[in-house]
Amino acid sequence: VRLKGQGKHCKRSEGLEIRFILIQNRAGKTRLAKWYMQFDDDEKQKLIEEVHAVVTVRDAKHTNFVEFRNFKIIYRRYAGLYFCICVDVNDNNLAYLEAIHNFVEVLNEYFHNVCELDLVFNFYKVYTVVDEMFLAGEIRETSQTKVLKQLLMLQSLE
Amino acid sequence: MPAVSKGDGMRGLAVFISDIRNCKSKEAEIKRINKELANIRSKFKGDKALDGYSKKKYVCKLLFIFLLGHDIDFGHMEAVNLLSSNKYTEKQIGYLFISVLVNSNSELIRLINNAIKNDLASRNPTFMCLALHCIANVGSREMGEAFAADIPRILVAGDSMDSVKQSAALCLLRLYKASPDLVPMGEWTARVVHLLNDQHMGVVTAAVSLITCLCKKNPDDFKTCISLAVSRLSRIVSSASTDLQDYTYYFVPAPWLSVKLLRLLQSYPPPEDAAVKGRLVECLETVLNKAQEPPKSKKVQHSNAKNAILFETISLIIHYDSEPNLLVRACNQLGQFLQHRETNLRYLALESMCTLASSEFSHEAVKTHIDTVINALKTERDVSVRQRAADLLYAMCDRSNAKQIVSEMLRYLETADYAIREEIVLKVAILAEKYAVDYSWYVDTILNLIRIAGDYVSEEVWYRVLQIVTNRDDVQGYAAKTVFEALQAPACHENMVKVGGYILGEFGNLIAGDPRSSPPVQFSLLHSKFHLCSVATRALLLSTYIKFINLFPETKATIQGVLRAGSQLRNADVELQQRAVEYLTLSSVASTDVLATVLEEMPPFPERESSILAKLKRKKGPGAASALDDGRRDPSSNDINGGVEPTPSTVSTPSPSADLLGLRAAPPPAAPPASAGAGNLLVDVFDGPAAQPSLGPTPEEAFLSELEPPAPESPMALLADPVPAADPGPEDIGPPIPEADELLNKFVCKNNGVLFENQLLQIGVKSEFRQNLGRMYLFYGNKTSVQFQNFSPTVVHPGDLQTQLAVQTKRVAAQVDGGAQVQQVLNIECLRDFLTPPLLSVRFRYGGAPQALTLKLPVTINKFFQPTEMAAQDFFQRWKQLSLPQQEAQKIFKANHPMDAEVTKAKLLGFGSALLDNVDPNPENFVGAGIIQTKALQVGCLLRLEPNAQAQMYRLTLRTSKEPVSRHLCELLAQQF
Repeated sequence: VRLKGQGKHCKRSEGLEIRFILIQNRAGKTRLAKWYMQFDDDEKQKLIEEVHAVVTVRDAKHTNFVEFRNFKIIYRRYAGLYFCICVDVNDNNLAYLEAIHNFVEVLNEYFHNVCELDLVFNFYKVYTVVDEMFLAGEIRETSQTKVLKQLLMLQSLE
Repeated sequence: MPAVSKGDGMRGLAVFISDIRNCKSKEAEIKRINKELANIRSKFKGDKALDGYSKKKYVCKLLFIFLLGHDIDFGHMEAVNLLSSNKYTEKQIGYLFISVLVNSNSELIRLINNAIKNDLASRNPTFMCLALHCIANVGSREMGEAFAADIPRILVAGDSMDSVKQSAALCLLRLYKASPDLVPMGEWTARVVHLLNDQHMGVVTAAVSLITCLCKKNPDDFKTCISLAVSRLSRIVSSASTDLQDYTYYFVPAPWLSVKLLRLLQSYPPPEDAAVKGRLVECLETVLNKAQEPPKSKKVQHSNAKNAILFETISLIIHYDSEPNLLVRACNQLGQFLQHRETNLRYLALESMCTLASSEFSHEAVKTHIDTVINALKTERDVSVRQRAADLLYAMCDRSNAKQIVSEMLRYLETADYAIREEIVLKVAILAEKYAVDYSWYVDTILNLIRIAGDYVSEEVWYRVLQIVTNRDDVQGYAAKTVFEALQAPACHENMVKVGGYILGEFGNLIAGDPRSSPPVQFSLLHSKFHLCSVATRALLLSTYIKFINLFPETKATIQGVLRAGSQLRNADVELQQRAVEYLTLSSVASTDVLATVLEEMPPFPERESSILAKLKRKKGPGAASALDDGRRDPSSNDINGGVEPTPSTVSTPSPSADLLGLRAAPPPAAPPASAGAGNLLVDVFDGPAAQPSLGPTPEEAFLSELEPPAPESPMALLADPVPAADPGPEDIGPPIPEADELLNKFVCKNNGVLFENQLLQIGVKSEFRQNLGRMYLFYGNKTSVQFQNFSPTVVHPGDLQTQLAVQTKRVAAQVDGGAQVQQVLNIECLRDFLTPPLLSVRFRYGGAPQALTLKLPVTINKFFQPTEMAAQDFFQRWKQLSLPQQEAQKIFKANHPMDAEVTKAKLLGFGSALLDNVDPNPENFVGAGIIQTKALQVGCLLRLEPNAQAQMYRLTLRTSKEPVSRHLCELLAQQF
C-alpha cells in the first residue's frame, strides 16, 4: 500500500534516502545488491525477487517509477540489465533516474563499453564505483570527471 | 567467451567465475563450489603462510560464493588480516568482505575497529576513505561508539582532503541516523554549516545531506544554513550551462546539488530575512522561467535533470504555501506536463498537482484541468498513472465539481484494477458524503458503489450510510424506497441485502403505504435473499424481522412462523439460534407497549470522525487523507456535512437532549459484544420492563453493537496493553494556563466541544460517562501547515488525585502533520470523590520551537452523577436526614446569564442530577437528586435552586452525605448561571 505525501503535509521520513540499489538481469540474476538499510538475508532475497517481478512486467510506455511496499523503485533498463534504486515515496524521482544514468555512464567509461560480464568478473570493483558515487544512502559525488579520476588513481595502486 | 583478462590482477578468481558460469546445472555449480571451498580451507589451514595476494584472491572467491547465495562460515579472520595490509587492493577486498558479511563476533569487531582506527589516523586519504566507507556501510552501534567522536574532527579538519571530507560527512550521517545519541552536537556543527560554502561541489553535495538530516532534530542550531543554501542555490541556477564544468550534466548546472539544496530548505519555514527571501524567490522564478525556455539538448537526460530541479522547486513552493503567484505559475507549468508525451512527466505532474490542490491559492487553478485529468483516468495505459489521476480528482474535488468527479470515479471503478478498487470505493464514499447537498444523491451513490463493486465495499462504508440515514430524517423515506428497488434485482450483492435489511427494518414503514411495497411484499423480498446469505447477514435480517413485527403487526404471524422453523430454532450457528429463540419469545410474551419501546427506532448515532476517512488514512498512512480534512480549502462548506469534519465543534448532534443527558450517545464504555447483548435481551425485558430503558443493554444496543465494529480501544484491549497515564513529576509540567478554570467551567454541564484553541492547536473533546466510568476522546488538530513533532499529550494527577481517579490512555503519534488531527482516548474510572480535575499537559515542537501548555481536563465530580427520580415525600425525608450543618452548602449569587427556566433546566440535567417536578411548593424553584458513583462509595446528593428574577439572584443549596462534596458541587454549579 502506498504511503503518499500530500502537499504541505508531505514530510520526508527521517530514514535514509536510498534504501537499496539493485542491478538485475532479465532472468532475475543479481549483478549488484547494495543495501543501505538493515535487512536479514531472507528479507533481502525476497526483496530481490519482488523487485524483479514488478519491474520486468513493465514496458517502455510505462513510467520509470513503481510503488513498492512503502517505498518506490526508480529504475531504468539498459540492454538486458535493470538498474533499480529504492527510495522513499516522496523523494525526487527524476533526480534518482538521472543518478542511475550518471552511474551507468561512469561504468561505461571505466570498463570501456560496459557489458553485463564486466559486472560479473569485476564485481568487487563495482562496489568501489558505487561507494564513490553513493554513500550511506546519499548521493556522494556526481561529477563523472572526478569519479573517474579517482577510480583511475585507485586502479594504479597496488 | 568472457574476457577472462578483465578480472585483471586475480587470474584464479576469473577462472573460478568462468567455471561457475559454465556449470550446466545447479548440482554441478554446488560441486564446483564445494571443491573450491575445500581448496580455500586447506590453504587457510596450511602450514605455509599465505602471501597477501593469495589471501586477497581467496577472500574474494569466498565473497563471490557468498554473493551467489551460499553460506560462508570461515575466512573472516583472513579478511581482517587484509585490513592491515598496506596495499590498497588487499585492503579494499578486506573491507569489502567485512562490509558485506558483517559478523557480530566481538573478538573480530575489536580487531576490525582497530584496523579502522589505524587507517583513519594514517593521513593516507585513500585508506581513510576505505575506513570511512566501511563504517558508513556497516553503521553498527559498536562502530558508532568507537568512532562517532573522531569523525566530526576529520570532517572539519583544515587539512582533510576533499574526498575524505565527502566520505566523513556521509559516514557521520549514517552513524547519526543509526544512533543519534552517539553523535553529540558540538562546536563542529557551525563549521559543518559552513561547508555549504566549500569550493568543492562534491563536498557541498555530501554536506547538504548531512545538514538536512541534523537540522531535523535541531533546527535552531542549523538555522544559518538557510542563507548559505539560498546563496549557493542562487549561484547555481543563475550560472550559465557550462560554468560549473565537472558538475554540469547535459547542460544543466549541478542538478543533484540543486535538488538537495531545495530539499534542505523544505526543512524550514520561509526565510525571515527579507533579502534572503527575495533572493530565494528570484531563484524559484528563474527555475520556472527556465522551464519555458527551449531545451538546450534533445536528450532526455537534459530534460530530466532540468525537471528534477523544477519539481523540487515546486515542492518548496508548496511547502511555503504563501506565494500565490508562484503557486499558480507552478500549477500552469504542471498543466503543460499533463499532456506531455513523456509518461514520466504526466505521472509526476499529476502527483505534484495533487499537492497543489490542497493549497487555497492554487486550488482553483488545479480545478481548471479537470477534463484533462478525467481523460487521463480513462486513457492512460500505466495503471499507476491512472491512479495518480484518481488521487488528483479526489484532491481537487469540492462542492462545485463533486457530482462530475464522483460519477467519473464510479465509471472508472467498473474497469479499475482490482488492487485499487477498495481505495476508489472509499474515496467515492467520502466525497459523496462530504459534498452531498441532497442526501438522496448520497444514498444513490453508495448503492451504486455496492452494485458496481460490492466486494470492495468495506463495512465502514455501509455502516456509514446507515448512520447517515438514521441521523437524517429527510432522506429516510427515499432510502427505504431506493433500497427496496435495488433489492428487486435478481442477483444483488450481499452488502445490498445488509443495507436493505437494516433500512427497511428501521424505515420500511415510510414506504408501506404503497401497495407495491406493502409490509408483506417487503418481508418476502428480504426473505427471498435470506437463504443465500452468510450467517452475519442472516443474523441481521432476523433483527429486521423482529423490528417488522413492531412496525407491521400484520406480519407477525408470518415472521413468527419463520422464526419458529426448525432451520432457525435449531440452527447449528449459535448466534442465529439464539436470536431466533429470543425474538420468538419476545414477540409472543411482550406487550405491544414493551415491544414498541424495545424495538423503537434507532436513536441518532453520535457524530464522530467518519470511520471511512479513518480507514482511508490507515490504508494510505498518516497525512494521506488530510487534504480533505482541511476545511479551509473550501470556505463555503458549512456544517451540513459535519459528519466528515472530524472537529467536534462543527459536528451537529441531531438531538440536543441526547447530548445533554449523555445517555443516548454511543455504546457504554463496556458495551457487551453482540451475542452477549442478544443474550441479555430477555433478562432486561423481564427484569424491569420499561425501567429506564435507555440505560441497560437494550436490543437497540445489541443491534448497534452488531453494526459497530468493536472499538479498538475497548476496555479489554486497554487492559491487555495498559499504558498508565505517565506521570511526569510536577516539576516537569507548567502551571495550567490562566484561562484553564474558565475553560473547565464551560464543560461542567456539557461533555462535548472545543476545550482549547489557539493559533497552532485546537483541542476538541467528546466524552461520555456512565456510573463511575467515563471515556473521553480528545482531538488534537494541527491548525498550521507544518508538522508538529515530539507531540506528546499526557495526563497528570496533581496531589492525591492519583488515588481518586484512574485515567488510562494510549500514546498518540509523535508527529501531527499540518492540517491533520489525531485522536486520543482516555478511559476514566472514578475511584472516590475528588475535588481537583486532572491536568492535561500537551507538549510538542512547532518549527523547532518547543511548545507546552497545561489545561484542566474537563473531568469534574458531577460527571459521575446518576440521576435519581423520587417522589416529593421521599425527597423531603432524605433532605431532613441530611440536616447536619456540614452536609449542607449554600451559595447566594448574582445571575451572570439571562434567567431562562428552560436553559436552567438543561444545565441542571447536563450537570447530571434528575429534575424533580412537583416537589418544591414554589414552581419557580428547581429541585434535583442524584447519586455520585465512585468505585469506593456512593454519595447521595440533593439540590435546590431558587431563582429570584426580580433581584437577578439565585440561591443554591446542596446537601450530600459528604461535606467536601457538597461544597465542591455547590461551587461548580454556581458558576453556571
